[in-house]
Amino acid sequence: MPVITYRDALNQALREEMQRDARVFLMGEEVGVYQGAYKVSKGLLQEFGEMRVVDTPITELGFAGVGVGAAMVGLRPIIEFMTWNFALLALDQVVNAAAKMLYMSGGQFNIPIVFRGPNGAALQLGAQHSQAWESWLAHIPGLKVVAPGTPYDAKGLLKAAIRDDNPVCFLEGEMLYNTKGEVPDGEYVVPLGQADVKRQGTDVTLVTWGKQVLVALQAAEQLAKDGIEAEVVDLRTIRPLDEQAVIRSVMKTNRCVVVEEGWYFAGVGAQVTDLVQRECFDHLDSPVLRVHQADVPMPYAKGLEKAAKADVPKTIAAVRRALYLD
Amino acid sequence: MATKVMMEALSPTMEEGRLVKWNRNEGDAVAQGDVLAEVETDKAIMELVARGAGVLRARLLAEGDTIAVGKVIAIIAEPNEDIAALVGNQGQSESPPHAQEAGPTAVAAAGTDAMPSPGVAQALGVDPSQGHAPQAMSAPAAPTPGAAPRTTMGQPTAHASEQASHAADHGGRTLASPLARRLAAERGLDIGELRGSGPAGRIVKRDVEEAITRGAALLATARPVSPVAPGADVPEFEDVALTQLRKTIAKRLSESIGPIPTFYLTAEFDLTKVAELRAAMADMGPEFKVSVNDIVLKAVATALSQHPDVNAHWLGDRMRRFNRVHLGMAVAIPDGLITPVIFDAHVKSLRQIAAESRALAARARDRKLQPHEFTGATCSVSNLGMFGIDQFTAIINPPEAAILAIGGLADVPVVEGGQVVVRKRMRVTMSCDHRVIDGAIGAQFLQTLRRMIENPLMLVF
Repeated sequence: MPVITYRDALNQALREEMQRDARVFLMGEEVGVYQGAYKVSKGLLQEFGEMRVVDTPITELGFAGVGVGAAMVGLRPIIEFMTWNFALLALDQVVNAAAKMLYMSGGQFNIPIVFRGPNGAALQLGAQHSQAWESWLAHIPGLKVVAPGTPYDAKGLLKAAIRDDNPVCFLEGEMLYNTKGEVPDGEYVVPLGQADVKRQGTDVTLVTWGKQVLVALQAAEQLAKDGIEAEVVDLRTIRPLDEQAVIRSVMKTNRCVVVEEGWYFAGVGAQVTDLVQRECFDHLDSPVLRVHQADVPMPYAKGLEKAAKADVPKTIAAVRRALYLD
Repeated sequence: MATKVMMEALSPTMEEGRLVKWNRNEGDAVAQGDVLAEVETDKAIMELVARGAGVLRARLLAEGDTIAVGKVIAIIAEPNEDIAALVGNQGQSESPPHAQEAGPTAVAAAGTDAMPSPGVAQALGVDPSQGHAPQAMSAPAAPTPGAAPRTTMGQPTAHASEQASHAADHGGRTLASPLARRLAAERGLDIGELRGSGPAGRIVKRDVEEAITRGAALLATARPVSPVAPGADVPEFEDVALTQLRKTIAKRLSESIGPIPTFYLTAEFDLTKVAELRAAMADMGPEFKVSVNDIVLKAVATALSQHPDVNAHWLGDRMRRFNRVHLGMAVAIPDGLITPVIFDAHVKSLRQIAAESRALAARARDRKLQPHEFTGATCSVSNLGMFGIDQFTAIINPPEAAILAIGGLADVPVVEGGQVVVRKRMRVTMSCDHRVIDGAIGAQFLQTLRRMIENPLMLVF
């Protein structure tokens, strides 16, 4: 099976879906001539032309709104945000237009749109550009939220997101674009709303998504050296949440640690914790623990940034506490 | 890492223990599991084992002294480790510092938390003994033995609040994870009888599993291997839901005679054939000698296995009928009585029952019985025949539903075929918990028992 980067997997998904459906088009800052800030849209302008790969001014609210309007009249836009930090400026269109239009129009206008871009911290991008937005977006009824952690899932989920008739917020990772993984030749789709057990285990369930999938898997490998078998449940889609997958795993392992990138307060991990305490109460041997970013704006200083991030050592420490080993 | 040796609850009801004898001296190396001391509980003399390895640095309790469960009685530590703080805390209830105070924020709060709690420090790999540890944590190092508790000035120290989380201070609640509670309930274990290894003594899954393994191991040693329980895949017991009729009977009769509405059934059995059997066996050699009591125990066990409705417990909201017979036998000891249990008595041979009952009685008189040897009976027998008692009523040992009181053997004139003949007879009185056993049920059981005892060859069939 070919091994390609997360970036190329997304590029394949965009190309295949644009070939498949003439209503699909890509719009955003630097997606055309510059080939994408992170080169995800490489070659698309050449293949599909300026009508379907549209460079925009630096006006997030504006082009997000154009996208919603295009979706209302039957197109299937993909809106690229250079990062989700910039999407803050467009949230009125994402939240108040895209998410609610089907409801407010009494079912007349569905909005088949994908908002996509890198989410979370990279390295030393400072407090304003190092934030994970999934809990903001997942809070809104009407939005689907997807966060793939591997090239395979990135491609399959992006294709599913483009084909979905609802607005989908697609969260990529700057640090993930260069990661590599097996991606089969030919057509496949990863359905939205289905978690994936990335690693089987018996002692603790690590619930995670997006970039933190790699953190959880590394922690699991290190824990295995001490005889602790962690099961890694990759949510892949945050909303709709695959509750049964989480419940099944925690019923098996009796312990749960959520590994998330963002802040703890009202984070997606809190939502998972709510689910687990309610549905798995009699199966829990220890409280659900969470690994997350420190409750501070992301520091710029390298050492402080590292200390603030949810990483492998913190995950291992949390697992050991959940197992009453420390 | 120092380990505090605490007085442990070595019996289900133990609240304090008397240190009978130290097995190790100060300065001795100890490994985890070593027997440190012998402790007299409310029921027996038990071994206290080391739960950590190192050197027995300090013994804080003198032989012969009594101390409450949960108090520190010794310190195991590295040879040169500073244990002054631990020794200073002697006599205080302890729970080892755990990470439980570290809230979820602690995991990643490295850069912001100016005063890490012990748990935070641990989670971050910070040694709290280094200079930047908060003052409250190092405070307990100062006191000498016998010093007043360290909660002066109305401000509890970090240490004191740690103590407040000890199990004993949870208003009598047993701390257990939901999973541990469920597992214990499924296995019929009383969660209150388990010891917790989690934070603040929380009982967690591994504690229940350990108790189950330990119980199984003890049962395995307690039971000779030769006889296989009939139908090995038969469950040990069956819980029977209460019908409305049963509930009404239980309620009304408890109001009349409570809390256990007991009635009594007395029968006189002919032991002529038992006497013949014993004589014949004795002729075969001293190793075949069995007592009347042995034969009665064997007969009761066999009869109970045919009457699960008698071999039962009353559990308040249901009855539990046992498919195996764990027979309690009351033994008089100098300051009371105790009821050791012959497990799986229904599948044990007369020879095994004779040997086991003698061994249990001897251990009971020496106060050497361990808790697992005197708990778990499904039904019990009390025999005062050897004291010349003709007939008596025994008190039911709840939650068992019945007990049999065995009187002495006597030569009595009986009419047989119109002739007065002398027969060896024995009176048995069955105390029945009427909530479980109705008159006819008890009578049917005694019929079975009569057939067994009057035809003792059935017992070897």
